[in-house]
Amino acid sequence: MSRAIAGWLARSRLSGFGLILLLLCGWQLSALYLVDSPTWPPVTRVIEAWVEHLLDGSLLQHILATLWRQMLGYGLAVVLGAALGLAMGYYRALFNLLEPLVEILRPIPGPAYLPVLVLFVGIGNEMKVVLVLLASLFPVLLNTYSGVRAIDRVQYDTARTLGLTTAQTFRELVLPAASPQILTGMRISLAISLILAILGEMIVSTDGLGYFTLLAQRTFKVPEMYAGIFTLAAFGYLLNRLFLLCEARLIRWHLESSGRV
Amino acid sequence: MSAWLEVQGLGKRFGESGRPVLENVSFSVDRGEFLALIGPSGCGKSTLLHIVAGLSRSTTGTVRLNGVPVESPRREMMFVFQQYSKSIFPWKTVLDNVLLGIRYQPDAGSRVAMERRARDQLELVGLAEFADYRPYQLSGGMQQRVAIARALVRRPDILLMDEPFSALDAMMRADLQDLLRRLWRELGLTVVFVTHDLDEALYLAQRVLVLSAGPGRIARTVPVPLPEARGQVETRSDPVYLDLRSELFRAMTGSTREVHPA
Repeated sequence: MSRAIAGWLARSRLSGFGLILLLLCGWQLSALYLVDSPTWPPVTRVIEAWVEHLLDGSLLQHILATLWRQMLGYGLAVVLGAALGLAMGYYRALFNLLEPLVEILRPIPGPAYLPVLVLFVGIGNEMKVVLVLLASLFPVLLNTYSGVRAIDRVQYDTARTLGLTTAQTFRELVLPAASPQILTGMRISLAISLILAILGEMIVSTDGLGYFTLLAQRTFKVPEMYAGIFTLAAFGYLLNRLFLLCEARLIRWHLESSGRV
Repeated sequence: MSAWLEVQGLGKRFGESGRPVLENVSFSVDRGEFLALIGPSGCGKSTLLHIVAGLSRSTTGTVRLNGVPVESPRREMMFVFQQYSKSIFPWKTVLDNVLLGIRYQPDAGSRVAMERRARDQLELVGLAEFADYRPYQLSGGMQQRVAIARALVRRPDILLMDEPFSALDAMMRADLQDLLRRLWRELGLTVVFVTHDLDEALYLAQRVLVLSAGPGRIARTVPVPLPEARGQVETRSDPVYLDLRSELFRAMTGSTREVHPA
């Protein structure tokens, strides 16, 4: 009997969702019977607030505000990071020139750029977009150039014997060979970009999920505050799922050949 | 026509003061010839082939093809690498890998013509049904066949092969040896084949060059007067083959003894 249960736990992923449900039940019961505090409302009350703000469209407006800031900064970071990373990985001289600088800038935590940015680009949308951009840049950049640098000599020699020009070599070899690593960098950056977008909105903003959540806390709308966090969880989860879907399509060869599918 | 591909006084050292890897290597290859280069590991035979291909520069000496010095890869010569799993691009299907051989050639004709030509090569190496497979779905032997098809699609005169079958198991190696012999005869190719396996060299080639190690030099040139119709069983039990095998074995071990005096 216990072996049957152990087998089921090993095979089925339902247990993970079961745990989430269990925790929510625990929250609900504790809020109803154990803790009587406005800071710990029952889950049902949070969901009520959540649905209310979803239906009146206000939450959607905040979601869109966060989404475009995040995506603009993230998109720019991906384009810049991948382009620079490809060039740095391919051209040794450029790598030697830029790599020490990258290594010095990289450990700076994203939020540390904030005070500087406020001085230079103010407190508007530009600040949030640039903040997201700066923090998302490095994972893409680093993964891209290490991906390119890991390309085997035999592969470059193959390109040469096939008479490919530099541009053709980039298209046929460098970009596809580095794509698994580029995508790894992009996935790391995606998570970071949401963090920084929210942070920027919490510092100063008039819309966005960060603003919504913090404002709810400051005005003691505790269920709304939790609803904001729920939204962020769902938002981040969906973005990641969407990303994994795209990734599986783009580099099916890599996932299959390395036995990950 | 003789002395078509000509290697003259080739020397190679890595770095200014590095030990020479190759020293004063000279030989020539006739059009249509099947030449094998054998030697102990580390004798620089792979380096030599890379220089002949124009993939690597020599320190001294020249390689000439039809009288023209070879300084970068030439269209008439195609290289087949030992590491087929890297040389064949895993993100492309088998057909697209072969197509890559010609898709940027301005004179290769329309897309349809190119594809027909690529499929013909796959047919030639026995992979017609595997055009839409990905390389990692194929065995090592089949992957190396894809590499050969990709080389052939460019209609080269010369195949330069760097231990192409050494990573394969015995049965697959025998299959590919026979395939290569057939292609060589049917297509009138010239083959320069590097291997450390003297049986392979004898079975395949018309002439075997034995390289000694430290630095690599040509120690012996052994013609292989075996009938051109060869078979894995008959040829390998032919008395001529067995005599040559002993001779080559002595030449090989002799050259290693020079490097590592007991």
